[in-house]
Formats: sequence, C-alpha cells, structure tokens
Amino acid sequence: MVQRLKEVDVVVIGVGMVGSILSKELAAAGYKVVGLERGQTRFTVPEFQSPAIHDELRFDIRKALMQDNTREPVTFRNSSSQTALPVRRWESFLPGTGLGGSMVHWNGQTYRFHATDFQLATHTRERYGKGFLDPDLTIQDWGVTYDELEPHYDRFEYLLGTSGKAGNLHGQVQPGGDPHESPRSREYPTPPQKEHFQGAMFRKAAMGLGYHPFPQPSSNLSQPYTNPEGLKLNTCVFCGFCERYACEHYAKSTPQTFILPVLLANPNFELRTGCQVQRINLDSTKKRATGVTYIDAAGREFEQPASLVITSLFAINNVRMMLLSGIGKPYDPGTGKGVVGRNYAYQTMSSVASFFDEDVIINPFMASGASGTLINDFAGDNFDHSGLGFIGGAFIGAVNTNGRPIQYHPTPPGTPKWGKGWKDAVVKYYNHSVMFSLHGSSMSQRQNYADLDPTYRDAWGQPLLRITFEFPQNDLKMAEYVTARGVEIGKAMGAKQVAGAPRKGPYTTQQYQTTHNTGGTVMGSDPSTSVVNRYLQSWDVPNVFVVGASAYPQNASWNPTGTLGALTYWVADALKNKYLKNPGHLVTA
Amino acid sequence: MKPPNTPHVSRRSFVAGVGAATVLPPATALLTDSAQAAPGAVRPKSAVQASAGQPVYLFFNVAEVQFIEAACERLIPADDSGAGALAAGVPNYLDKQLGGAWGAGERLYCSGPWLPGTASQGYQLPFTPAELFHTALRAINHDFKKRSSRFSDLSADAQDAYLKTLEGGAMDLDGVPSAVFFDMLLRMTVEGFFSDPVYGGNRDMVAWRMIGFPGAYADYYEAIDRHGVKFVREPLSIGEDRHGNVHVHSEIPASIG
Repeated sequence: MVQRLKEVDVVVIGVGMVGSILSKELAAAGYKVVGLERGQTRFTVPEFQSPAIHDELRFDIRKALMQDNTREPVTFRNSSSQTALPVRRWESFLPGTGLGGSMVHWNGQTYRFHATDFQLATHTRERYGKGFLDPDLTIQDWGVTYDELEPHYDRFEYLLGTSGKAGNLHGQVQPGGDPHESPRSREYPTPPQKEHFQGAMFRKAAMGLGYHPFPQPSSNLSQPYTNPEGLKLNTCVFCGFCERYACEHYAKSTPQTFILPVLLANPNFELRTGCQVQRINLDSTKKRATGVTYIDAAGREFEQPASLVITSLFAINNVRMMLLSGIGKPYDPGTGKGVVGRNYAYQTMSSVASFFDEDVIINPFMASGASGTLINDFAGDNFDHSGLGFIGGAFIGAVNTNGRPIQYHPTPPGTPKWGKGWKDAVVKYYNHSVMFSLHGSSMSQRQNYADLDPTYRDAWGQPLLRITFEFPQNDLKMAEYVTARGVEIGKAMGAKQVAGAPRKGPYTTQQYQTTHNTGGTVMGSDPSTSVVNRYLQSWDVPNVFVVGASAYPQNASWNPTGTLGALTYWVADALKNKYLKNPGHLVTA
Repeated sequence: MKPPNTPHVSRRSFVAGVGAATVLPPATALLTDSAQAAPGAVRPKSAVQASAGQPVYLFFNVAEVQFIEAACERLIPADDSGAGALAAGVPNYLDKQLGGAWGAGERLYCSGPWLPGTASQGYQLPFTPAELFHTALRAINHDFKKRSSRFSDLSADAQDAYLKTLEGGAMDLDGVPSAVFFDMLLRMTVEGFFSDPVYGGNRDMVAWRMIGFPGAYADYYEAIDRHGVKFVREPLSIGEDRHGNVHVHSEIPASIG
C-alpha cells in the first residue's frame, strides 16, 4: 500500500554535492525541502575515522563507498549491434552512494572549464571553419557562457576553500598560475598545497620545454579555512588515502565539511536516507510533476507530493530517473531524434610512466588527491588544431595521488605479469617512478547514448540504464597527440625509460579510467537537442530541474566537479530569483 | 599472562625467523601429521601456534590447498628481495576471502540471463568466486589425477609452464575458462600480498617493507617537500594503530541529524 505524505515545497532526489547545496539555499530562503538519499547517513565522526578508513582492500578494491551494484548496476555495450550486458562489478567508473554522494570519495581536483568550452560548436566553426569537425560528432554550445558562470565558480571555490594560484585576474596574467585560464574575479581562497617531488620534477622539465606549469587547484586544503557558511576545514596532511576514501581530517571539501552541518540545522529541511526514488510522478497532462514515489529501506512505498522536483543524482542516474519517469523524448541513434540519453560522454584518459634510477627517491605515498603540477598548454583549444584532425585536448600533469600498493606498483613495459621477473620489477621501481595523467576531453558522438535496458532490472524491478559507448576517432587522435607531448616531458625529466600509453579503443568497463560520466540530459537553447534549458529546467515539465554533469553537452579537458558546482549556484540563483517568484518556463523555446 | 606451554614467539619474531628465502612447510603436511598421530601423542603444533603462523584452512580442502600454496608461491616467489606469497600468508588470505562475503558474491551483480560477453563487458559467468575456485580446482586436480601427479610435485619450471597454460586460456575447467580462473587467482594473490595484514596476508607487513610503503597511516605534511629523501619508518597496520588517530573536530559534534 502506498502511503501519501504531506506535500512540501521542494523534493530533492539525491543528497550529494548538488542536492545539499540546493537544499541549503532553498531551505534558507524559507521553502520546505525534503531530501531523499538512497544511501546511509554518514559523517566524518564516526564513519570516516582512522584506522579503519585507511584500508586499501575495502575501499579501493572492494569499493565500499560505491553505489550498490548488486542492486543497481548498469548494462553496457560498445555499439548498438551488440547485446548490452550488466557491468557485474564496477571498474571503469565508480558512482558513490550515501549522504554526501560521490563527492565524499572524490580527489578534490577543482577546475574551471575555459570560456571556449561553453561555446564549443560556435568557437570551433569560427576558428577552424565549417568542414573541420568529424560529422559524427554532436557537440554543441551549452546555452550559458563562462562570464555568466564566473561569479558562481567563485562562490563554489570559496565554499570549498580551494587551494590554488590564479593565472588570470580580470584579464591580467599572473605569474605562477595558469596563463591559459579564463579571467577570474579574485584569487583562490587559499594558497596552493605544498608541491610533491613528482610535481617539482615535472615543473622544471615543462618550463625547460617552454610550457606553463602551475599547481593543481586542490580542495584538500593547504591551510585552515573558514568558509562563508561558517564551517572550518583543516590542513591536509598528504596521507595518500583520498580518492575512493572519505577524509578523516576535515581537510577535504565534501558536503560533510562545507555545508551539511548548516543544512541539517535548518528546520525547513528534512533528510530521509535509505529512500530509493522510483520515479517522478506526473499529472494527467504530463506537463507537471506532482512529486515522487520512493521505497524506504524497510520496503515501504511512499508518495511525496511537492511543487518542485529537483533531481540531483550522479550523471547516469539523472538520465535514468528521467527515462523511468517518462519525462522528455528518449534519444534514438537511428533517427537522431529524441533527447534523453543523447550526448553521453566521458573522459579520454591517457598516461605516461617514467622510470628512474634507484637514487631518485619519489615517495609516491606522500600525496593528496589533488596535489601536483600540470600544464594546460595542450588542453582545450589552447593550441592550434589546424592540420591535426581533431578538436579538444588534455591537461598533462604529475598529479599522482597515492602509492597504495595493491593498485600502485608500476613496472616498465615488457615486465612479466607474475613470477620473479614481476616481483623484481615491482621492488625496483615502486619508489622510483613518476606517473603523468593526461586528462582528455570527450566529444559527444551520434552513436553514443544511454537508454533503458530491455532485459536487466534493478532490485526494485525497474529497468537498468543501458550505456552504448565507444571512443570517437577524434578523441583517440587527440590522445595520441597529447601522449607524445607527455613522453617528451618525461624524457626531459631525465627518466631512464618513458612509456606513453595513449588511450585506445575499444572502451572497456574493466579498467578504471575516471568517474567523469557526462551528458544524457544535456542543457542548451534548442529543445530538439537538449533536455533542459540554460537553467537546467526540463523543457517538457517545467517544475522539474535536472542538475548534474548529465547537463554537459560534451566533456572538457578537466575534472567536471568545479563546473558542476558553478552550475549548481547558477541554478540556485535562477530558482530563488526567478522560478520560485513566478513558477513556469524560464525560457521560451 | 600467557597460557603455559605457549612458546614465547611474537608474530613479528616468528616471521622474521622464517626469513626471506625460507618456505614454510605446507599446511597440508601438518594436517596429515595431526591426522595420523597416535592417540595420546604430543601434537606437533598448538592451536595458538597455528593461529600465529600456520593458517587454518576453512574454505580450501586438502587437495585444493596443495595447489593454491604451490601456485601462489610461483606467482610471487620468495627470492633475494624478500618473502614470497607463501611466507606472506597469501593462501590464508585467499581462504578467508573465498570463505566469506567476497566468495559468496559480495559486490557482484548476480542476476541472469547469463550470456557470453565481450572483453569490454567483463565477467559474465554465474559462478560466485567461491564456486569458481572450487569448480576450477576440482577440474585441475582431476587433470593431475589422470596423470598420477600433483601440481605441487612438479618442478618450479613445470609449475610455471602449467600456470602459463591456464593463463593462456587453453583449458576448460568444467565451465570455467582457465584464463578467468588464472586472472582471479593472480588478482587475489596480489591483493593478499599487499593488503593490510588484518586480512590474513602480507604477514608482518613483509610486502610493504619490501617496497618501502609506510602502511595504513602517516602524516607526511613535514616530509612532502623534502624532495628525494627516503622516508624511513616501520610500516603501520590498521591492527597496530595504537595512536587512535581519531580526528574530532573542535566545533562539529560527533553526531548530527
């Protein structure tokens, strides 16, 4: 029997980074907000404490903080001609679950996209001409500009206390920062973290080659910081247990440290954990949401009516929520028509490994999730792509995060996979190797999309999300190009052996790459090519907002969280100052 | 207060005594000795010693242990650089993992239909890890029985050759492709070697000492910008964290909401 609850102003599906920020903003503005979180309540004390938190087997290998894939996996295939099968264990990407969401286990790498990224289709056409793009690519402008988002990037970074060095203040290039970045209105809230050895080696080599190295913007803080919410964060001690872990030190910016204590103290907000939302309910016109239906941890079904529904889930789960709710037309790759699930994209990750003599002692285990040094000389459109046959790029950096040995034991190419030869190489190179990340953009492509699986179901009996994805040729060419640049830097560092590993197809679900899934409910100015308008409001059901990296029309050369934070405050502003004052379509199609 | 008859051998000194190149006697030999001991005879090992040094196998049967101990030691052999998988307790780790939640399919989506997938789609067999190991090991031991031989009796080179056959995927182990079994065995062997000793492998943190990993906890704030300086400290296991590194925030209460 379904129990119908008392109507509230706002129901928020998913209490992670986006959900907790939007809930806080709306509760503070006087609205009654209910936050529904499928996972459990968890806080720095007691859940994240040492020594239990520093367990590589439990958190890295067994993936203790991740979405429960025994109940709710995805299915996958490389192309529409294949039968999608369940990803029976997470490997390639790791969506989180529980209060605070995936941000609890993030690395804190806090980037802004560049101005050209938000107008990628227009910019590419203007700079390189009409015929430059591979016709299979479906890239498009975002419908919002960098200048519009800048104050919201700023607010997000000051919420987190991000540690970094500005490279461009009001159009003036600043020494020590990234000269390629789009203008900032002020300096980072805290200075950069200390530079680890790999970062220093990289910096010297990159400068020698004429590039522009700068410290990675980190939301593992370089010094104590009190944010505008009045919450205090501590200094990161570089313990080397960051991504895939929660921080015990209050040094990593997560909802637990930067906003939840304030949100949970507001009587206008009610948190309900263990609640699996089944769908957003619509009225008979299908143009208005009436609330959501969820099942709690004890298996009881509830209907929560609300005037406004915000789905603030991890990207792929936002897509699935829209499909399960029947909001927006599902994308059909055959006809190119439909929008929900369209422009699913990812990140094109390559790497370079440099191996040194035994007198070069690296200490890879001393790191934060966002320590290190990088260059943006080959990211985005910071270099001339004429004649290269691709668009996009990658940041190249010595941004290694840990030396946890089950996962991290680099060996040169040609090393046996086991036996004495393997063991000798592991012992020889563990403390004498430097790994670069080449963090590449991911262009949307006609054939890549997400829809509902026809066969496999979750623990509640609902269809799983089916992902159909292959790396576009554009991105593989980009990976080749930037990896060659990375190898040159490795050689300039004086490494005895440098091995570049450009990303190659086919895409596999069996190797960790990143948890930077994007697209599927993309934003834009045209309802025939976007699910939501520039305020992330559904074109079809205007009292539904879909806030997540699912809004990205394609993915840029950097980690997506900073941009999602900016979009979150952009949406908060639109809700408070526009929508809630006069509910209805914020943009007329 | 130690019980009487317990030799004064700490875990650390026991393992140190084992030494790098020394191979522990196979556990099955002990089982056989115990089983054949005459009533009233003094048993060679006390229960306390067994828990300190020799694994008590709960998941693997005797024939399975013979293969697992020998195979793990080929995957990570003892040599000049330090202990191998056997001295590190990797078979014990495998036994505990496969006999527990992981063996039963923890974190494995187990709904059909079951179809052969592509390499990009990953593992698509209905076997839980426990079922997969028992099935594959039964088939392997049957294979050796036909030849009136045992894997553990082969020379090291012959053992390596057999493992390479498994790795290459040439054999069907009663429905388990041998490459799938080998891959799972190798992954779990590396896990057992490098994971925290609380899980029963990496005994006395031998693997961490070998590569210089300081273990579960350290504050590197002062060390990180002393570039190129070796960090020398005893590694620390979760089980040894006497510091009680609990970081209570000065202003946020321990429980909210």
